[in-house]
Amino acid sequence: MRGQGIWLQSISGLGIAFLYLPIIVLVVFSFNASRLSATWQGFSWHWYGVLWHDEALLAAAANSLWVAVLSTSLVVLLGVPAAMGLERLRGRGRQALETIFLLPLVLPEVMMGVALLLFFVMIHWPLSLATVVVGHAAFNLPVVIVMVRARLQKLDPRLEEAASDLGASAWQTFYRVTWPLVRPAVLGAALLAFTISLDDFIVTFFVAGPGATTLPLKVYSMIKSGLSPEINALSSVLVLASMGLVGLSLMFQRR
Amino acid sequence: MADLSIDIRALVKRHGAMLAVDHVSLQIRRGEFFSLLGPSGAGKTSLLRMLAGFETPDAGDILIDGRSMAGVPPNRRPVNLVFQSYALFPHMSVAENVAFGLEMKRLPRGEIAERVGATLDLVRLQDKRDRLPAQLSGGEQQRVALARALVNRPAVVLLDEPLAALDQQLRQQMQTELKTIQAQVGLTFVCVTHHQEEALALSDRLAVMQQGRVMQVGRPEDLYERPENLVVARFVGVSNEVCGTLADVQAGEGNLLPSEVSSSRGIRVSVPAGLQSGVPVVVTVRPERIRITPGHVADAGANCLHGVVETIHYIGSEWQGVVRIGQSVRWTIHASNATSGSRPVAIGAPVSLQWNSADGVVIPLT
Repeated sequence: MRGQGIWLQSISGLGIAFLYLPIIVLVVFSFNASRLSATWQGFSWHWYGVLWHDEALLAAAANSLWVAVLSTSLVVLLGVPAAMGLERLRGRGRQALETIFLLPLVLPEVMMGVALLLFFVMIHWPLSLATVVVGHAAFNLPVVIVMVRARLQKLDPRLEEAASDLGASAWQTFYRVTWPLVRPAVLGAALLAFTISLDDFIVTFFVAGPGATTLPLKVYSMIKSGLSPEINALSSVLVLASMGLVGLSLMFQRR
Repeated sequence: MADLSIDIRALVKRHGAMLAVDHVSLQIRRGEFFSLLGPSGAGKTSLLRMLAGFETPDAGDILIDGRSMAGVPPNRRPVNLVFQSYALFPHMSVAENVAFGLEMKRLPRGEIAERVGATLDLVRLQDKRDRLPAQLSGGEQQRVALARALVNRPAVVLLDEPLAALDQQLRQQMQTELKTIQAQVGLTFVCVTHHQEEALALSDRLAVMQQGRVMQVGRPEDLYERPENLVVARFVGVSNEVCGTLADVQAGEGNLLPSEVSSSRGIRVSVPAGLQSGVPVVVTVRPERIRITPGHVADAGANCLHGVVETIHYIGSEWQGVVRIGQSVRWTIHASNATSGSRPVAIGAPVSLQWNSADGVVIPLT
């Protein structure tokens, strides 16, 4: 038994190393004084300074933030009522709608990208940041629905009856009872959707118009002209931000 | 019947093909503690949910304070429900939970604070007013649920299995408390329960329900002493039964010729009006009315059946056992432990069971 324990521990240790070693190397080398990424020449904040003054990069970051904020808002506004509606629905319609809503979760992202591109072309919507917002909303909607529904399912249906019994109208019941109880889940879902939007490359690549360069697209174009430690610095910032957001999201989920 | 709180008229509720509530009519008086007692599936919860407005009757009507409730949504009914699961709002403190109903009525702040305070005093939770429901014990949560309903001073307080989630000791304590509080506030209480002792102890009157129908309505002692049918006899208390036909009926007295047990001279019974000789009936006797004597004694005036003790066990206040008095007829006996802790009769021993004719209740077989 003891031998087995050691084996299991080493395997999970290897797994963790495989996942996080590249990220650690990336972060360490973002503090490298050298112009080349491969050799260590002492600690420096230099590349973070370069990053801070790179206008094109900052513009891309601003684009990404805008897209994330707008697509997340859109997805919350659509997803929360959808989740509540699904929860109330009974019978066969619910099963069908559920599948339709959740299918995008398992669709290959490339397919999603191509489909969205074709759709925008078909309805003559010129590719721009707006199309990126819509694209991100499309793949984030199921995420929000799944998370909000998980919470709704755990709620005692008697709570809404109790509110109504005590004289609350449908709106008062939602505002005073249901919403405060699902709010943590909605916040958690919003943060996760925000993070996914911030990091997305594939769908963005298909539906971004000229000038609508987001951060991941910018990084991709930068490495085509050689690996600069500036990208390491940028990536480190992104890693930190993503981890922070996911952490926050988990915190809200637990509440 | 001027002072009716609730008037239920030929109420019907179908769940699919099943009749959950089958033409139920009930009159509940103002200030009364009324219980609906029955096994699960008897329709009592459906009835309660129709009173609260969560379910719509398929036929019939409910009048509360003389006003028809047809088409009135739950939030506009003068009733408040204490849920079995309590359904306290988990994100609100005790005081906020209790204030909820008054806030919905848009009462002035001062009045809300005053009434919440008074109600929390009533249920003795003033010191827990800022706690969240999750920080309270089961009994305290129960009291918050009660306070949340009482504070609105509704025409009727509905209680759905109010004590079911509590353990035995707390249940006894809450039972007393519930009765005291009801007497203090003087509101009409309608309580659904499957627990017969609870229903007897709490209620001014109760209705026994089975399969959607009301089997009998009355005071606890009416139902226990004079059950009108076997359902009530069996559900309220323990029923020792012997079947047979009536004979020699005269002036409210008669003999039972038992069909499944042998009796030397028949069984004397009080016969309710309207029953004649030759009618097949069941006589039911409560265990505590039966005197147990070791050996097969000859009866002296009282009814007497002979049998053999099958089981006997000690429960502290008394001994409870089963005596076989016929091929497939077994009676439950309770022997008082008032004098000593020693076993009154041994297993396998022959015994005589005696009771007064007035203690046997005759129920016609239909």
